[in-house]
Amino acid sequence: MLAALPAVIFGIFQYGIPALAVVAFSVSCAMLWELLMNLVMKRPVTIGDGNAALIGLLFSMLMPATLPWWVVLIGTFAAIIIGKLIYGGVGCNPFNPTLVAVAILLLSWKGILRFDEALVNYDFDFYMLFPLGAVKHFGAEAAADYSLAGLIMGRQVGGIGSTFGLGLIVGGIYLILRGHVRWEIPVSFLAGIFVTALVFNMIDSAKYAQPLFHIFTGYTLIGAFFLAPEDSSSPVNFIPMLIYGAGAGILTILVRNLGAFTDGVVFTILLMNVANPLIDKIRPKALGRGVEHA
Amino acid sequence: MVKKPFFSLARPKLKYPVIDDFAVHKIVDLPLPSKVTLYLETGKSPGRLLPALGEHVKTGQKIMIHEGGGEYLISTVTGSIKEISDFTGTNGSEYKAVTIEVSGKDQFDEGLDFTGGLSEKALEFLSILPGVDPSLFIRDDIAVDTLLVFGIDRDLLVTTNQVAAGTQIELISKGIEYLKGIFPLKKTLFLVPPELADSAAETGIRIEEVKGAYPDTLPVMILKDVLGIKISNARDIRSSGIGVINAEGVVALASALDSGRIPVDKIITVIDRDNRATTVKARIGTPISHIFQALGIEVRYGDRIVMGGPMMGNAVYSEDIAIRHDTDALMVQDGGRIAWNSDSHCINCGECVRACPAKVPVNMLVRLLENGLYEEAANDYDLLSCIECGLCTYVCVAKIPIFHYIMLGKHEYARINNAEELSNA
Repeated sequence: MLAALPAVIFGIFQYGIPALAVVAFSVSCAMLWELLMNLVMKRPVTIGDGNAALIGLLFSMLMPATLPWWVVLIGTFAAIIIGKLIYGGVGCNPFNPTLVAVAILLLSWKGILRFDEALVNYDFDFYMLFPLGAVKHFGAEAAADYSLAGLIMGRQVGGIGSTFGLGLIVGGIYLILRGHVRWEIPVSFLAGIFVTALVFNMIDSAKYAQPLFHIFTGYTLIGAFFLAPEDSSSPVNFIPMLIYGAGAGILTILVRNLGAFTDGVVFTILLMNVANPLIDKIRPKALGRGVEHA
Repeated sequence: MVKKPFFSLARPKLKYPVIDDFAVHKIVDLPLPSKVTLYLETGKSPGRLLPALGEHVKTGQKIMIHEGGGEYLISTVTGSIKEISDFTGTNGSEYKAVTIEVSGKDQFDEGLDFTGGLSEKALEFLSILPGVDPSLFIRDDIAVDTLLVFGIDRDLLVTTNQVAAGTQIELISKGIEYLKGIFPLKKTLFLVPPELADSAAETGIRIEEVKGAYPDTLPVMILKDVLGIKISNARDIRSSGIGVINAEGVVALASALDSGRIPVDKIITVIDRDNRATTVKARIGTPISHIFQALGIEVRYGDRIVMGGPMMGNAVYSEDIAIRHDTDALMVQDGGRIAWNSDSHCINCGECVRACPAKVPVNMLVRLLENGLYEEAANDYDLLSCIECGLCTYVCVAKIPIFHYIMLGKHEYARINNAEELSNA
């Protein structure tokens, strides 16, 4: 949670009190749902381990600052109860809970996560169109309206915690260095995105944006460092981790460039979560079993 | 013991202890206790119990346990048999506990019949020497062609074998000559830490220096790294014709065959709650309480007493339990600093998989073991490949007692298999 703070604080700073409201409400709702379900399921209360708070925080980071309170309620319900607790709690969930919630919201209420609509009352001095939306509808020249440095520093429209690229990168590197997250997944995810975007860009640079643009917009960075490497839904062995990350990266760009959604991160990570157990079977044989170099 | 650094990109290595100068290393000789307890794992012969209460025994005397069975104990003191009871050890293993009340100075049993060839002597008198695993001599159906002499210790903080090897090098050469007479050995390997390499080389046996971190000194790892042999069942190396013996065992064997008296003392590394180690020499069968009292180690409520080292030892529940011929170390762990296990779920972080030297998929294995699916665990998830080093439990973020689940799983699997064999036979 500490690692997520730089990005979140910037987001609150940028979007003001509504953002703080959403973040605070999301965290507390998440913890309340978990407490409620623990009591209903007659299991020991687990909100003390901070996992519910983390899910709430990550969920709020993906949302626009003006999210209505009932969406937060339903979203955290989906994240905690559907995404985590019905599977058994920490460690038993096959999907990333935050992403389950976002996916349910995206599919249920079409306009809820359209950042242009949600943030229409804000007046910033940077270009206010959602970058990935602009590129999808207006082609690659729209990307020229955004400067790369601006994108990294958060001069873009997006979720509360997902715009400040620098903060996310710093937080992510901190997580890797401390050992909470293995480096293989973020690196392979970003590599997958970069290479695939590069390929598309080379094929038709009028229509598809540059790879670096794709890395710093949308949910890419928060997905790479905070969402994709979630422990129970991601593989454990070396090669599977690389396949998982790269697969998610490639699929994301495919969705962004060829698919219906402006940002594919949510669904592609969920797709790779589904494939996770099968990919994880690629592992070395234990001592004394199997044929050596057959 | 080993602190995880703040930035943990690399895993910390668990290093073995090193003794710099064997000449000045102190071995504390402990006085005799007032009573000793000897344990014998009960075999399959349910014959009448032979020893009688009150029977007088001499030091080194062989005590047959069951009528018609071949199991025996060597009395380590002179006294009278006070009690014979049943004792249940770790994982449900059954023992007969024979308690002998010590009646004073040792009277060695000079009536040992040491005639006969070396192999018969070994089988009849020497299978439970300090530092010798009974299966070495008892499994005489499979010949031993490779012998590994361990001058290194298997667990962390323990220096028993190193001390035995470092202080009695001449007896080791003699002992290996005797062993060559017992087994048709084609290869003998003396495993030593780098500090002992020079003095060990004087014995003329082939030396192998073992450095490295835990668990490189475990027999299965030695076989893999030094000899290139991969064993799939870490508990049964003997079936492959490989004999494993501690340096202390070789020394005991040599002194037994030279003097005609069976050695009854055991070298033990005693580790107190601040991880300070003392090497002691105690009579086999001494209760743990006696050893702690003699060294002034206080044991408080909530502390953990471990027979063995910190990674592979077994915790015991009472200070009245006595040391055996295979107890290499005793440890007291401070109750306030023990890491508690939890019943959390596995969070799939993968630390155990990266820590396992046998490449067992621990995260999947522990899920099956928690749910009692032992056969599937053994067949599909490599339960038997585990070398029982304990590293997975050491690194587990969710603090699951993985090692205990694995030991229980192996025990249950063996029981299921034995039951099947018995019903098939």
